[in-house]
Amino acid sequence: MAYGDKVAVDGLSLEVTRGSITAVLGPNGAGKTTTLETCEGYRVAQRGTVRVLGLDPQRDRAQLLPRIGVMLQSGGAWSGVRAVEMLEHMASLHAHPLDTGMLVDRLGLADCGRTPYRRLSGGQKQRLGLAIALVGRPELVFVDEPTAGMDPQARRTTWAILEEVRADGVTVVLTTHHMDEAEHLADRIHIIDRGTLIASGTPAELTRGGRSATIRLVVNRPFPDGAPESLRAELGPLTEVRQLDEVSMLIHGPADASTLGRVSRWCEEHGVLPQTLTLGQRTLEDVFLELTGRELETPDDVLLPRFAPPNNAAGSPS
Amino acid sequence: MTTPREAVPAGARPAGTFTPAPGGAGLGPMVRAQARMEARLLLRNGEQLLLAIVIPVIVLLGGVAAAGRLGSTFEGHAPVDLLTPGVLALAVMSTSFTSVAIATGFERRYGVIKLLGASPLPRHGLLLGKVLALLIVVALQLVVLVAVALAVGWQPSTADPPRTVVGLLLAVGLGTAAFASLGLLVAGALRAEATLALANLVYLLLMAGGGVVLPTSTYGAAGGLIQWLPSGALGEAMRSALVDADIDVRSLLVLAAWAVVGALLTAKTFRWE
Repeated sequence: MAYGDKVAVDGLSLEVTRGSITAVLGPNGAGKTTTLETCEGYRVAQRGTVRVLGLDPQRDRAQLLPRIGVMLQSGGAWSGVRAVEMLEHMASLHAHPLDTGMLVDRLGLADCGRTPYRRLSGGQKQRLGLAIALVGRPELVFVDEPTAGMDPQARRTTWAILEEVRADGVTVVLTTHHMDEAEHLADRIHIIDRGTLIASGTPAELTRGGRSATIRLVVNRPFPDGAPESLRAELGPLTEVRQLDEVSMLIHGPADASTLGRVSRWCEEHGVLPQTLTLGQRTLEDVFLELTGRELETPDDVLLPRFAPPNNAAGSPS
Repeated sequence: MTTPREAVPAGARPAGTFTPAPGGAGLGPMVRAQARMEARLLLRNGEQLLLAIVIPVIVLLGGVAAAGRLGSTFEGHAPVDLLTPGVLALAVMSTSFTSVAIATGFERRYGVIKLLGASPLPRHGLLLGKVLALLIVVALQLVVLVAVALAVGWQPSTADPPRTVVGLLLAVGLGTAAFASLGLLVAGALRAEATLALANLVYLLLMAGGGVVLPTSTYGAAGGLIQWLPSGALGEAMRSALVDADIDVRSLLVLAAWAVVGALLTAKTFRWE
C-alpha cells in the first residue's frame, strides 16, 4: 500500500487465528491503520492478497460487512446525535443486535446517553465506538487504538470486555502503541514498523526469547584484577561486561537458563560472594526498541531466534 | 502471566453475551432506520430549520405584505397566489440542495459515511435512506407552508385539480432529485467548510435571482436564461401546477436533465471519506 510515492505498508504478511486477540503493534505511522483499513475494505491493496473470514474485502464486501465490527480510530458519528441514539441506530442495521442497554451499562455510557456526540469526552467517544463495533454481534472485530484517551479504569473495563468477547468466540484484531495493552490482552502480537512485519509471537515468546539479557551483579568485596575479561571468557565472546565500580558489573549479552549459574560459579571461583544477581526481565518495550531502534537488513534477521512454532491456544492473559 | 487456553470446540461452548450472531437487518428495515435517523437529525438542527421553514415563511409573509402595500397584482393574480408556489419551490430547494449538501459534507468530515461503509447498510441503501429522509422533511415543510399560505388567503387553482396534483408531485419529485444530486455533487467533492459556504451562497443567489420565488418573466431579458436553471425550472413548474392547473413539461424536462447530469457527475466524483 502506498500513498503517493510514500509506501505505507509493504510485504506485510500476517494471519489471525479465529477466537483470539491479535495485536498489531507499532509506532505512529508504522502502517497499523492502513493494514486494518485494507482488511475492512476501505482501501484496496495494490499488491498481494487479503482474505478476511475467507472473503475478499473488496469483491465480497456485501457478505463480509455484516460479519465484522469496526471501531474507527476517531469519529464515525454525527455531531448532533446522542450517544445512545447512535448506538441504537447501529443496532437497528443488524439482524440480531446485542441489547443496547446492556452495552450502555457495561461500557459506562449511561451518564452520557443523551449527550450529543460532539460534547462527549475522548474516552466516552472511544467507549461508544467499541459498543458500536460490538453491537451487531460480529464474528470478527477490528478495533483501532481502543483505549487511546481513556483513563486507567476505563482501560481496564475495555480490556475486560475484549477478553470476554474473545471468550465468547469473537476474533479481535486491535492496533495499539501501548506495550502493556498488547502484553495484557493479545494472544499473538505482530510488531510492524515502516509498513513491514518485524516480529510476531505470543507476548511470552516475544519477551522471553531474547537476543540478549542484562545481568546486574554486585558482590561483597572488590573484584580481582582482570575480572571483566575473565567473566567474558566464561560467558562467551558475544557478551559485553562493564565494570561499574569495584563491586558491581553490568553484563549484557545472550542469555539462557544456564547463564546465572555460570555467573555464580565464576564468583565462587574468584572468591567473591554475589549480593545482588538479577537477570533483567525483558518487557515488550525492550523488544520493541531493540527491533525498531536499529536498521534491519532482512526479515529473517529480524525474527527473534527462539520462537516456538505458532501456537494458537497459548497466551490467554490471566 | 500467561496460561495456555484449552481449545473448546465452538459447538460445546455455552452461549455467552457476545457469542457471534452476525447479519444485516435487511434492506427495507435498514433504509427505514437510516431515513428516520437522518430526518430526525435534519429537523433537530436549528440552522436547517431556519432554511427549511423560517426563511420561506418570511419570504411569503413579507412578499404578501409588500405587494399589499403597493396594491399590485402580478399578471392579474393575487400576490399570495403567485408567491406561494414560489415559496414552496424555495423550500424544496433549501432542503434538497443546501441542507443535503451541508449534512452530507459533515457526514464525510466526521467519518459517519466511513463508519456506515463498514456496516451492513450498503451504499445504495445509504442513498435511499437519504432520499427518503429528504422526502419526509420536504413533505413536512410543504404541510407547514401550505397551512401558512392558506391562512393568509392563498387560493390555489381549482380549474383541474387532478392536473394540479400531478403537476405539483412531478415538480416536487423532479426538483428534489435535481437539487439533491447537485447537493451531493458539492458535498462529495469539496471539504465540509467549503460545502457549507458554497451551499449557502448558491442558495442565496438562486433565491434572489434564480427564478424560484418570482416568475422568470419578471427578470426581463435574463429570464430566458434563468428558466434553464434548476431553480427557475422548479419555480415555473410549481407555478404552472398551482396557478394555471397545467403541467409544464419543458420545465420538468429541464429538472430531469439536471437530475441526470448531477447524478452522473456525483457518481463519478463523490469521495466517501
